[in-house]
Amino acid sequence: MMKITCPWCGVRGEEEFTHGGPSHLARPVVGDNPMGDVSDADWADYLFMRDNVKGVSLERWGHIQGCGQWFNMARDSVTHEIHAVYKMGEQPPEGWRS
Amino acid sequence: MQRYSVLSLARNAIRHHEGWQQAWRSPDLKSEYDVVVIGGGGHGLATAYYLAKEHGITNVAVVEAGWIGGGNTGRNTTVIRSNYLFPQSAKFYDFSLNLFEDLSQELNFNVMLRQAGMLTLLHSRHDVEVMRRNLNSMHMNGIEADWIDTSEVSRLAPGLNCGADAHYPIQGAILQKRGGVARHDGVAWGYARAADALGVDIIQQCAVTGFDIKNGQVQGVQTTRGTIKAKKVAIAVAGHSSVLADMAGFRLPVTSLALQACVSEPLKPVFDVTIMSPTTGVYISQSDKGEMVMGGMLDMYPSYAQRGNIGTLEHIIAGIVELFPNLSRVKLMRQWAGIVDIVHDSSPIIGHTPVEGLYINCGFGTGGFKATPAGGWTLAYTVAHDKPHKLNEAFTLKRFETGEFIDEMGAAGISH
Ligand SMILES: Cc1cc2nc3c(=O)[nH]c(=O)nc-3n(C[C@H](O)[C@H](O)[C@H](O)COP(=O)(O)OP(=O)(O)OC[C@H]3O[C@@H](n4cnc5c(N)ncnc54)[C@H](O)[C@@H]3O)c2cc1C
Ligand SMILES: [Zn+2]
Repeated sequence: MMKITCPWCGVRGEEEFTHGGPSHLARPVVGDNPMGDVSDADWADYLFMRDNVKGVSLERWGHIQGCGQWFNMARDSVTHEIHAVYKMGEQPPEGWRS
Repeated sequence: MQRYSVLSLARNAIRHHEGWQQAWRSPDLKSEYDVVVIGGGGHGLATAYYLAKEHGITNVAVVEAGWIGGGNTGRNTTVIRSNYLFPQSAKFYDFSLNLFEDLSQELNFNVMLRQAGMLTLLHSRHDVEVMRRNLNSMHMNGIEADWIDTSEVSRLAPGLNCGADAHYPIQGAILQKRGGVARHDGVAWGYARAADALGVDIIQQCAVTGFDIKNGQVQGVQTTRGTIKAKKVAIAVAGHSSVLADMAGFRLPVTSLALQACVSEPLKPVFDVTIMSPTTGVYISQSDKGEMVMGGMLDMYPSYAQRGNIGTLEHIIAGIVELFPNLSRVKLMRQWAGIVDIVHDSSPIIGHTPVEGLYINCGFGTGGFKATPAGGWTLAYTVAHDKPHKLNEAFTLKRFETGEFIDEMGAAGISH
């Protein structure tokens, strides 16, 4: 059982939270046109391919059964230890950048 | 290979069971093989067996980090069925079921297949509508399955609360009679023993730590016990697929999650069918030893820890007690988890990787035990011919680029 520190509500049990996939996935763009012609391979890479890290990974979590806010976490997928919690739009703290 | 039979059992009993041979050797690692198979689970061992048996490629090593069958193969709840939705899956899983039906003879090892049937319970009008439709596609795919009503359900599953007072009243069920269970580690041991007899080296306690790749072509693997040369390498490591892919420099559409299961103390025989209830998200069978074998949904976040959390376990138990109120006082004996390889369309990936000579079998997620024979069979074919067999040509890694998904999510029961 993980205890997760929501940036807004403090420490809560893991069952209040929902995992929302990896953080910091950048949508592919071609040139500066957001509707540009991204190749199928790049789209597939963005949509489906995953690092699926064994070790510390950067993930999005939502306090869905609580305040409803989303945030980021650096969490170890083997030990489930949580190393850092940081807000949406922020970069991971020093030491947890890949 | 010393053949197992009633006679050999009697003969060895007289000799106080001191004359049994080792079931497979523990050979030294050679410096080169024609094919190296990574992962000594059911799929890896079956791949090695069919390489030797069907394609005459016997200079093969199966390299296993721990002990054979110690991954998901020895952790699953052994449900076998082929009632999938799409033609590609139906063909593939039904082929697997066919192989299972002859497997004990084929391997001269009793895998304890019990085809007592697979029941999928329907709890609402909507369940019924969806499953009637699925049943039609099963029939179109040539998969035998029947609609049965509640009285027949209650006859097949004594103790199941089929009353109108149930929180999720049972409206009927789909029965696949050829579905059932088998002994999971028997499948691993049977393939290991038969592969070994054909000359395959099974190397345990040996983890692959890297690949030698030159000009996009695999040359061999590095392991904790030294380097092995091989022009062909097949990966079958389930939950660790992304880790191996990373070593080879590519990524997979796979996320690793914990799937747990539990068993109760042994009881007198109650029912022999396997019962799945998609609405409550749980399933149950009774083992030959009498234990109730129970499972449910995934722990819904990535994990490489082979345990599960208590919240999911509570959900499983709550669902089971809802279906079988009279099991509420039965004690749990064990709980465990395995790390499963989940992909977006709940279908496997069997075939080529971006590296030449490197093949993969993964993505079976929560339901690959039933596919062990077919997974090994098709991967062996693909490795031997450097092209997929008809049965696995749709299950490519490329489909994530072309969009030709085979979306089996929830199509025919819950996850298994
Ligand atoms: C709780 C649970 C219940 C399930 N129930 C069912 C069910 O009822 N029916 C069904 O059909 N399926 C079920 N499954 C799924 C099924 O167990 C798997 O899909 C299937 O067993 C996968 O087999 P495998 O041989 O690919 O993998 P595994 O048996 O996991 O074997 C992979 C092997 O690779 C080894 N390995 C990993 N990394 C390395 C490395 N670097 N070097 C060397 N070796 C390595 C591991 O040690 C492991 O032994 C269930 C799974 C779980 C966890
Ligand atoms: Zn909160």
